[in-house]
Amino acid sequence: MAEVVLRNIKKSFGPVDIIKGVDIDINDKEFVVFVGPSGCGKSTLLRMIAGLESITDGELSIDGKRVNDLSPADRGIAMVFQTYALYPHMTVRDNMGFSLKLAKVPQAEIDKKVNEAARILKLDPLMDRKPKALSGGQRQRVAIGRAIVRNPKVFLFDEPLSNLDAALRVQMRIEIARMHSDFNATMIYVTHDQVEAMTMADKIVVLQGGVVEQIGSPLELYHHPANRFVAGFIGSPTMNFLDVTVKGVAPEGVTVELPGGDSLLVPVVGGAAKVGDQLTLGVRPEHLQEGAGNGRLTGTALVVERLGGATYAYVKLANGVMITAEVDGNSHIKVNDQIQLGVRSETCHLFGADGLALAQSARHPLADVGRGKGGH
Amino acid sequence: MSMPSTFQKPPRWIPILAWVIAVLIFFPIFWMALTSFKTETEAISTPPSLFFTPTLENYNDVIDRSNYARFVWNSIAVSFGSTLLALALAIPAAYAMAFFPTKRTPSTLLWMLSTKMMPPVGVLIPMYLIFKTLGLLDTVTGLLIIYTLINLPIVVWMLYTYFKDVPGEILEAGRVDGANPMQELFLLLLPLAVPGIASTGLLSVILSWNEAFWSLNLTSSQGAPLTAFIASFSSPQGLFWAKLSAASLMAIAPILVVGWMSQRQLVSGLTFGAVK
Repeated sequence: MAEVVLRNIKKSFGPVDIIKGVDIDINDKEFVVFVGPSGCGKSTLLRMIAGLESITDGELSIDGKRVNDLSPADRGIAMVFQTYALYPHMTVRDNMGFSLKLAKVPQAEIDKKVNEAARILKLDPLMDRKPKALSGGQRQRVAIGRAIVRNPKVFLFDEPLSNLDAALRVQMRIEIARMHSDFNATMIYVTHDQVEAMTMADKIVVLQGGVVEQIGSPLELYHHPANRFVAGFIGSPTMNFLDVTVKGVAPEGVTVELPGGDSLLVPVVGGAAKVGDQLTLGVRPEHLQEGAGNGRLTGTALVVERLGGATYAYVKLANGVMITAEVDGNSHIKVNDQIQLGVRSETCHLFGADGLALAQSARHPLADVGRGKGGH
Repeated sequence: MSMPSTFQKPPRWIPILAWVIAVLIFFPIFWMALTSFKTETEAISTPPSLFFTPTLENYNDVIDRSNYARFVWNSIAVSFGSTLLALALAIPAAYAMAFFPTKRTPSTLLWMLSTKMMPPVGVLIPMYLIFKTLGLLDTVTGLLIIYTLINLPIVVWMLYTYFKDVPGEILEAGRVDGANPMQELFLLLLPLAVPGIASTGLLSVILSWNEAFWSLNLTSSQGAPLTAFIASFSSPQGLFWAKLSAASLMAIAPILVVGWMSQRQLVSGLTFGAVK
C-alpha cells in the first residue's frame, strides 16, 4: 500500500511562489498524471515529492508517513528523469545496480535483481555497454530498469518520453502502461502532452500557475471540465469558445443565442445565470458536424487540413471569430466554401465570466472510467 | 567530429601565418638550446655564430657549480605538492558552488578571481615578514603554501566551469539512489570530471613550476626551486649566457616532458564542454 497525500503543499523561491497550496490524494496503485503548460509547476511538484526540492509549507506523506524532511532515498520512491540521467561512466549493469550497491546489498542479490529487471525490459544483450553506446529508447529502458531494481513504493516519471521520436514514444507509452499493471505500483507521471495524460492516467491533475485547476479521470476532464482553462487544455484540436448571450434559464438548461442568431438550449444547471448575461460557449471541434444539429454556425472555410481519417476546417464566422471543426475525412469542403456547422447541445459547455463551468445536468456515463482501482 | 559538407577550406595564408607564429614562439627556445652548446665567447659574439663545435662544458659547469638535483626536487615538490593541495581544497569548493549555489556564489567567485588582479609585489613586504616570523623563509613548505594560495582561485574557477558542465540530474539520480554528498562527489562527479581535473592540475603544475617572483624573493638555497637556480646564473659578477641557457634548458626539460606526455589530455580538457 502506498498512498501519496499532498496537503496544502507550497513552494517559494524567495518572494516568488511557484506552488501555491496544492491538495492531491493519490491512491495506492493509481497512475496519476500531472499535466499543464510549461512553467505550471508540475515538475517542481514532482521533485518535491521526490525530495529533490524542499517543501516550503504543507505536508507530504507517502504510505501514511510524513516525509517532508526525509532524503530522497528514504522516501521509498524511484525517479525516471527526462534526460534519463544515466551514469555515463558506468555500464548498464552498474547503472541499474548502483542503488543496491550503495545500500550494501550482497552482490549475489544485486545480480539477481538486476538480471530480473533486465529480463523484463529486454536489456540482457546490452548489460555491459556504457550509456553512450545505447539508443534513446534503450537509455530510457535502462533508466526505468534502474527504478525497478529499487523496488519502490512509488514510481516518479518526469516527462520521460519527451526526448524520444514519435513512434518510440507511442511504444514506450504502452510499455509504461503495461508496467503499471504488472507491478501494481503507484505511479506519478509528469507531462505537458495531454495525449499522454489522457491515454495513461487513472487520474489527471491539471495544473496552471502553481494551482490545481482540476483533478479527475481523463473522460471526466474531457466531458466535465471545471473551467475554461481545463476545457481548452484537454482535447486536440483545442475547444472553440464563442461569446453568447443568455436568452432563457429553465430547469432543463440555459438557452443562449449563437452567433448568427440561432437559439441553443444547453443542458446545464443555470444557477445564478439570468437573461441577458454574457457567457462563453465551449464546443469541441469534433462535436461540430457539417449540416444538421440543434443549432447552426455558418462561416467561410479559410484553411482545410486533410488528415485522411478526419478533416480540420478552420472557419471564420460572420462576426469574425475563428473556429475549428473536425469533420469527416471524406468531406468535400474546399477553401473559401461557405459552410454550415451543426452544434449538438449536449456536447456544449457554458462558462461564466469568472471562467468556471456551469455544471452539466447529466453526468457522462464514462466520466468515472479508469478510477476503479482503489478509487472513490 | 564530422564537418558539415558545406565547410569551406580556410584560405592558404592561414597555415602559413600559423607556421610563422609558431616559429616566432619557438625561436627563443631554439636559440637558448643552441646557445647552451656554445662556449661563453661564442655565445656573446656578434654576429652570432650559427656554425660552431658543440660542447657540453656548460652543462658540466652548471652541475658542478650547484646542486641541480636539489633544485629539481624542490621544484617537483612545490609544484606537484601545491597542485594536490589546491585540488583538495578546490574540489569541494567548486562542487558546492556548482551544485548548491547561493545568491552570493557569483560574487564569491569574482572575489576569488580579484585576488589575482593585484600585483604580487604589493604584498611582498607583509608576506616576507609573515614568512620570517613563522620561520618559513627558504623552505619548501613555505613555497608550497604560497603556491597553493596563489593558484587556488584559478583552480576553483576552472573546476567550477567543468563541474557546471556535468548535468545536475545525474547527481540527483544518485541522490534518489541513496548516495550521500561524499558518494555523489567521489562516485559520480569526479569520475565524470576527470579530463577537467587533469587539465586543471596540469595547468597548476606548470604555473607553479614557472613561478619566479615568490621563489626568488622568499627562498635562496635550501628551499629554492629551479627558477632560483636559473636566476643564479645571471649574477652581477658577469654574464654567463651559455651557462644560463644550459641551466634554463635543464630547468624546463622536466616540465616539457610532462607537458608533452599529457598534451592530448590537456587539449581535450581545455575544450571540454566547448564541443558536445
